[in-house]
Amino acid sequence: MVAVQETVEHVRRIDVDQYRYGFETLIESDKAPKGLSEDTVRFISAKKNEPAWMLEWRLEAYRRWLTMTEPTWARVDYRKIDYQDIYYYAAPKPKKTLSSIDEIDPEILKTYEKLGIPLREVAILEGVEPPPGGEQAPNRKIAVDAVFDSVSVATTFQKELKAAGVIFMPISEAIREHPELVQKYLGTVVPTSDNYFATLNSAVFSDGSFVYVPPGVRCPMELSTYFRINERNTGQFERTLIIADKGSYVSYLEGCTAPQRDENQLHAAVVELVTLDDAEIKYSTVQNWYPGNSEGKGGIYNFVTKRGDCRGKNSKISWTQVETGSAITWKYPSCILRGDNSSGEFYSIAISNGFQQVDSGTKMIHLGKNTSSRIISKGIAAGKSQNTYRGLVSAHRKATGARNYTACDSLLIGDKCGAHTVPYVEAKNSSATFEHEATTSKISEDVLFYCLQRGLSEQQAIGLVVNGFAKDVLQKLPMEFAAEAQKLISISLEGSVG
Amino acid sequence: MKQVLAKADAGSATSNFLAAALERLPGAGLVPHIRARAFEAYERAGLPHRRMEAWRYTDLRALISEVLPLAPRPDAAALARAKASARRVAVDQAVKLVLVDGIFAPELSDLGELENELHVQSLREVLENSATGAMAGLVLSTTDDAVISLNAAMASDGLVISIAEGNTIRRPIQIVQVATGSSVSAFTRSYLQLDKGAHATVVQSFISAEGASGYQANDVLIALAGDEASLSHLRIAADAADAVNISSGIIAVGTRAKLDLFSMTCSGSINRYQGFVTLGGEGSKLSANGVNLIKDKLHADTTIVVDHAVPHCTSRQKFRAVVDDCGRSVFQGRIVVRPVAQKTVASLSTRALLLSDQAEADNKPELEISADNVTCSHGATSGALDGNLVFYLRARGLSDKDAQMLLIKAFIGESIEEIFADNLRDFVTAQAEHWLQERL
Amino acid sequence: MTLLEIQDLHVGVDSREIIRGLDLMVNAGEVHAIMGPNGSGKSTLSHVIAGKPGYEVTGGQILFRGEDLLEMEPNERAAKGVFLAFQYPVEIPGVTTMNFLRTALNAQRKARGRGELSTPEFLKKVREVAGSLNITRDMLKRGVNVGFSGGEKKRNEVLQMALFEPSLCILDEIDSGLDIDALRIVASGINGLRSPERTMIVITHYQRLLHYIVPDYVHVMSKGRVVKSGGKELALELEACGYAQFETAA
Repeated sequence: MVAVQETVEHVRRIDVDQYRYGFETLIESDKAPKGLSEDTVRFISAKKNEPAWMLEWRLEAYRRWLTMTEPTWARVDYRKIDYQDIYYYAAPKPKKTLSSIDEIDPEILKTYEKLGIPLREVAILEGVEPPPGGEQAPNRKIAVDAVFDSVSVATTFQKELKAAGVIFMPISEAIREHPELVQKYLGTVVPTSDNYFATLNSAVFSDGSFVYVPPGVRCPMELSTYFRINERNTGQFERTLIIADKGSYVSYLEGCTAPQRDENQLHAAVVELVTLDDAEIKYSTVQNWYPGNSEGKGGIYNFVTKRGDCRGKNSKISWTQVETGSAITWKYPSCILRGDNSSGEFYSIAISNGFQQVDSGTKMIHLGKNTSSRIISKGIAAGKSQNTYRGLVSAHRKATGARNYTACDSLLIGDKCGAHTVPYVEAKNSSATFEHEATTSKISEDVLFYCLQRGLSEQQAIGLVVNGFAKDVLQKLPMEFAAEAQKLISISLEGSVG
Repeated sequence: MKQVLAKADAGSATSNFLAAALERLPGAGLVPHIRARAFEAYERAGLPHRRMEAWRYTDLRALISEVLPLAPRPDAAALARAKASARRVAVDQAVKLVLVDGIFAPELSDLGELENELHVQSLREVLENSATGAMAGLVLSTTDDAVISLNAAMASDGLVISIAEGNTIRRPIQIVQVATGSSVSAFTRSYLQLDKGAHATVVQSFISAEGASGYQANDVLIALAGDEASLSHLRIAADAADAVNISSGIIAVGTRAKLDLFSMTCSGSINRYQGFVTLGGEGSKLSANGVNLIKDKLHADTTIVVDHAVPHCTSRQKFRAVVDDCGRSVFQGRIVVRPVAQKTVASLSTRALLLSDQAEADNKPELEISADNVTCSHGATSGALDGNLVFYLRARGLSDKDAQMLLIKAFIGESIEEIFADNLRDFVTAQAEHWLQERL
Repeated sequence: MTLLEIQDLHVGVDSREIIRGLDLMVNAGEVHAIMGPNGSGKSTLSHVIAGKPGYEVTGGQILFRGEDLLEMEPNERAAKGVFLAFQYPVEIPGVTTMNFLRTALNAQRKARGRGELSTPEFLKKVREVAGSLNITRDMLKRGVNVGFSGGEKKRNEVLQMALFEPSLCILDEIDSGLDIDALRIVASGINGLRSPERTMIVITHYQRLLHYIVPDYVHVMSKGRVVKSGGKELALELEACGYAQFETAA
C-alpha cells in the first residue's frame, strides 16, 4: 500500500519494541462507564439509536452470557480477564454529523495514514509488486470502512457502490436503514448462544461492517475494513455481517492494529458470512494487533468467532488469514457447507514470536452433497511462543461425496518455542474422501548459510525463507495485501534469532 | 481400607459394589493401600466421557454406563471350555500362558517348557509375597487415566515376566486371556521387564470361550525395555461380539532399545487399545502399527501416545482400519517431542477404509513439538474403496469379491508387513484373511 | 597486490583437526587451483574462508585485503567480495530465483554503499547473464534450485557469481556431478568472468576441470596442508602420477 513503506520507516524510528503500529492517537473520546451490566448494553444500544428489537436481542445475549463459562480447551494460557475492568464502548467525540471524509478528525485520518490505509479515495495503488510471473496490475479500487475503537469513522466509495446496488456501511447504520436484511441474517450463522466470546459480542458489539451484494452482482471493488483499538482499557467487539445473494461475488479485506499498552486488551469479534446459490465470498485478514513487549507484557487478547454459511448450492466461501499480532489468538474461521456442491477454503499463515500464543485453525462442516473443502495452514513459531493449529473436518451422514484436503506445515525457529497440530477428522459416511497431512521442520542451517554467503543478513534470510514457506497462502491474498503481508512477516520475526 | 469403603458408601451403587470386591483381591503389605489410593483416584474421575479430550470419541459413560461385577474364580468346567478356545488361537512354537476370567491357569499353561532365562510369576504371587513388596508399587503403577486406576485397584491376576541381561528368548511368549462368563468383568495386569540387551516377543490374545457373552475385560501391561533390549509386542483382540475390552499398555524404552508394537482388533462390541510409549533412552526406536477390522456395531478405538523424551529417537507408526456395517473406527495418535528431544524423527500414518454407508471413522493425529531440530509428520485419510481400481481389476477378470479382497488385503498389508517376525506376520495375516472371508 | 593471505591456519571440527598449519598467498587477478585427495581439507578451507558455522579456527589468520576475515559475519564477507560457489547448492522452496537474486544483490549493494538497482536495470542484467548460461526464464521463476538438475544448480551458481561481481571466487568442486557438455557451459561462464580485478580459487579433485579453466598456479593439499605449489604443469604431473606421492610427504 502507498503509505506502508513510509509508515514502516516512520514507526521504525519512533519504536523501540518491534511492534510498528504501537503509536497512540490523542483524541477526545466518548466512553461508556467501565464494566458490564444490562445498563452497559442499554447504553450502547441507545448510543446507536437502535430499534427495540435490537436492544432485546442484545439483552437476551447478555443474560445468556451470564450463565456461561469461559472456554479452557485451547492451548493458551493467560491471566483471567476481569470483565468489569473494561470499557465496552469508546467513540471519538463527534464534533457534528459527518457529511464527508474531510470532516473526520484529522488526528484519526493521520492515524490511518500511518497505518497505510487509503482512507482518502486513493484509487491508484503504486509500489506494489506484481504477483509472481504476472504482469503489472491494473489500477484497482478499494472501498474502506474504518473502525476506530468502537465506531465506524468513514466508509469510502459509498456512491459508486450504491450504483452497483451494493450496500456497504457500518452495521450500526444498517440496523437502522436495512432492518429487514439485518434481522433476517444477524445471528443465523453464529447464534447468540454460540460460545462465550460470541455471546459477549452479541450483547455489546458497538460497530462493524455490513455488506449486502444483490443477486447477480459482482462487487466492482474490493471492500475493506480497518480496525484499530486506540483507547486504554477498551474492549473492541465489532460485528461484521456479509451477505452475498444469489450469483454474486465480493472480496473483503480486514486489517487490524492497536497501540502498545502494558495492560492486555480484549478483542472479541464476530464475523458472519452468508452465501446463497452460486455466490462467493472471499474474506482476507491481516491481523497485526499489538502482541505484547519482549517480556510478554501487554498485548491484545484476540478471541474471535468467524464463520461462513454456504447456504446455497454451488456457493463458495474462502478465508485467508495472516496472523502476526496479538498476545493470545483464539480463532477458527469456519465454513458450514450446507448447500449441495458448495465449497470452503481456509488459507492461513500464523506467526508467533516473543511470548505470543496462537491457537487457530478452522472447521469444515460438510452437510450438503458433493461439498469440498481445502485447508492450507502454515504455522511459524519463534522466540518463546506457542503455535497451535486446531482444525475439524467432518462429513455428516447425508454429506455424500464430501471431499477435503488438508496440509498443515509448521516451522520452528529456535528451541524455546512450540508448534502443535491438532486435527480432528471425522467421516460419517463412506463416500467422504478426506486427506490430511502435516509436517514440522526448521530452517536448515545449510540454507541459512547459503543466504548469508550471498550477502543477506540473518534477519533477511529468515524473512525470505519464511515467505517462501508461506508462499502458497500469500498467493491467495489480494495483491494489495500480499505485499503488506510479506513485509509484516519479516518484521514479525525480527529478534527471533541471535 | 475401612475408610475407603465408608467413602465409597456415599457414592453410586456401582462404586459400593467395587469397593466391596476389594476385600477378596490378592495383596499383602502395602498392596491394599495402593489399591485403595488407585480406587479413590478412579472414583474422583469416574468412567471417562466425551468431554475428556483423551476419550472424546469413546464415551464410556454412554457406551457401557456401568462396570460389571467381578467374574468368579473359574471352575473345572470353565477351564475346560477355556482350554478348547485357547488351542484355536495358539501361535506356532509359542510358550503359552493362559489367564481365565482374570485368573492365571497354570494347568493350561506351558510352564514346563520355560527357557531358563525366562522368569515367570503370577501377579497374585508377586502381590501376596511380602518379600517382593517393593515390586507391588511398580506393577500397580497408575497414570491420570481412570481406567488404569480402576485396573490397579481391581486387578485379580496377571503375569510378571522378566528376562535377565543379554538373554534372547527365541520362542514367542503368548499370553492368552480367555473369558468364559457372562455379564461379568475381569481386571488383569501384567508386567514385563527386559534387562539390558534382552530380546523377546510377547503376544497377547484376548478371546472368549464358547457361550461367554457381554463381559468386560480391562487389561494393563506395563513393560520396560532396558538399554539395547528389543521387545516385540503384539496384541490381538478377538472377543465375543457383545464384549467390551479396554487394554492399556505403558511402555518405557531405554537407550538404543527397540520396540515393535502391533495391535489388531477384529471382533467385540467396544474395544479400546491405548498405548503410552516413552522413548526415554537416546537412540531408541519405536515401530508401532495396527489394523482394526470392524463390522456389525463394533466401536474400535486405538489411541497411541508417543513421548519423545530424549534426543535422537525415532518413531514410525502405521495404522489401518477397515470399517463395515455400522462400525466405528477411532484412531488418536499423539506425538510429543520434548524441548530436549532434538534430532527426533517421528512419523505417523493413519488410514480408514469405509465399506458401508453407515460406517464411521474418526481420526485425530496430533503433533506436540517443542524442539526445533526435528523431522515430524503425520498423515490421515479416510474414504471408500477406489471404484476405478475395482473396475480395473474386474476388467482383468477378477470377480467383484476377489477385486475387493485384493485391494483390502493390500490396504491392511501396509501395516501388517511392518511385523518383523515371519511367523507372527503370517499369523496376523491368516486372522485378517479369515475376517475378510467371513465378511465378503 | 595481495588479496588473500592465509597464515598457519588450523581448523578443527568436533575436536578433530582438519586443517593443520596451512599457508596460502593469492594476488588480485590470479587463478589458483587447489587439488588434493578426498579428506585433504579442501572443502573445509573453502567453508572457513566463507565463514560457515560449525568449524573451530584454533590458530592462524586469514587476511582479505589486509582485513581479518575471521572476525566478519558470512554476509559481511560476501559484501566485501568473497563468493563461494557451493559444491552442493541448497534448495529454497517458495523463494523464486529472481526474488532471491534481487534481494541478495541489493543487500550487497547496500553494504557496499551503492543504491539499489531499478527493476528494469536488474531484469536487463539478469537476462543478459542468464542467456549466456542457458538459464531459462522458467528456471528464474522457480524456487531457488528447486527441481534443478545438477548442471542447472551449478549454472545458477555461476549466474550469481556474474551478478554479484565478487573480487574473490572460490569454486568448490564446481565440476562435480557435471557431464562434459554441462562442464563446458559452466567453464566458459567462469572464463568469461576472469579479469584483473577478480581472483579465483578453483578447488577440484580431478585435473579434468583444469583443461577448461587453466590456472596460473596449482597447490596440492594433503592432510590439511599445502604440500606442493607450482605452475599449471603441476596438474599434469598429478594426472600422470596421482596423489600417492604426496600422502607420505605430508
